Amino acid sequence: MPSGYLLHNHCLQSLYRVFAGFFIAALLAIPLGIIMGWSRSLRESVTPLIEVLRPVPPLAWIPLAILWFGIGFKSSVFIIFLGCFFPIILSTISGVLSIDSILIDASKTLGARKKEIFLKVLTPGSLPSILTGLRIGLGIGWMTLVAAEFTGVRSGYGLGYMIMTARDIQRPDEVIAGMAIIGLIGYSLDLLLRGIESRLLIWR
Amino acid sequence: MSLELIHLDKTYISKEDGKEVEALKDIDIRIEEGEFVSLIGPSGCGKTTLLRIISGLEKPSGGKILIDSQDVDEPWLQVGLVFQEFALFPWRTVRENIEFGLEMKGISPEERGKKAAEYVSWFGLDDFGNRYPKELSGGMKQRVAIARTLINDPKIILMDEPFGALDSQTRLSQEEFLLNLWDRTKKTILFVTHNVDEALSLSQKVIVFSRRPGTVKKIFFIALDYPRDVNSDVFNGVRREILEYLTEEGM
Repeated sequence: MPSGYLLHNHCLQSLYRVFAGFFIAALLAIPLGIIMGWSRSLRESVTPLIEVLRPVPPLAWIPLAILWFGIGFKSSVFIIFLGCFFPIILSTISGVLSIDSILIDASKTLGARKKEIFLKVLTPGSLPSILTGLRIGLGIGWMTLVAAEFTGVRSGYGLGYMIMTARDIQRPDEVIAGMAIIGLIGYSLDLLLRGIESRLLIWR
Repeated sequence: MSLELIHLDKTYISKEDGKEVEALKDIDIRIEEGEFVSLIGPSGCGKTTLLRIISGLEKPSGGKILIDSQDVDEPWLQVGLVFQEFALFPWRTVRENIEFGLEMKGISPEERGKKAAEYVSWFGLDDFGNRYPKELSGGMKQRVAIARTLINDPKIILMDEPFGALDSQTRLSQEEFLLNLWDRTKKTILFVTHNVDEALSLSQKVIVFSRRPGTVKKIFFIALDYPRDVNSDVFNGVRREILEYLTEEGM
């Protein structure tokens, strides 16, 4: 390992990529999921597409990612985004579907229109499920990190990159260290989200 | 405000076999301002459907609804509906639930909070303003639901078996509470129930519905003073008569 490539830099760079992919995924998947949960016709037309794309492993997207975004940050974020997106959108949809329709009726009789139903009923009502989706999504996003950093190696930082380099220079100790750190950070992220979850869902 | 239902029909397509089902047929009812009217009938006679239509949640297949002799486009401004299952938002505290309607009207948080606090104490929920619905008893949940409807100041309150899920003791105290509230606010109330005693102890008019398709079978006028003695002779007479009608309908 070249000198100056310190462990915390690898970790920060990886976290940065994962959170970028994760936030973009959440930003798109949550509103889209709520709308799909609400609109039956949209759900029925878009779900098959999602179900076909979902089983494609993020690894298989790498060639396309490189074609579209080049080698580097954008590609790796795209791969992580794909890992996060599907669990978040599917959980959001099922969260909206699990809302008792009588709550929507109640909100209508109290004067809620479409926008308010979306923001004040569907969103909080599906929050438990959304949070589960975020947790799963972040977990999967983190798992795709190594694959993602196949494409994002320009900076020379990142845990995935570190593992790849260690392999090339035959340092199994560094490979294992990288794996262990990925495991530990993944676990901590999950704990963090669980903490947020129980904070936000005291009403349950 | 008076409420008039004129030749109201409702048919819908059954999801099971795709056939047309007649839920309500030629409903003609007039409810005067400030009146307490009960609607009683066999289950599945379309009582709930009728309330859903009046509150604007569903469209009638035919006929008209007039409030103060006017057509209504946005019934929620004048009509409030209280659901049997309470339908409280579990993620909102008692106060936030009560505030919901004001929030929809775009009233400022301070003003909302002030008004909600008034309702919280009026409804005897002082210690529970910041609690979530899961922490409340059935009777309290229903009080929150009524407060949440009432804060919007609807002129007509529709209630769909609001006390059906409560035990009989709680039910009696809720009925008393409702009568006080009615006396105090002079709202027009249309109250759906399947309990004859409840209908008799609360209302000035009892409308008996037939089996599906729901039609008005008979209207009883109950000119007794409140509070009513459920064991009086007059009461027994009317009760027997209503029960006979309901038995005919196979209830």
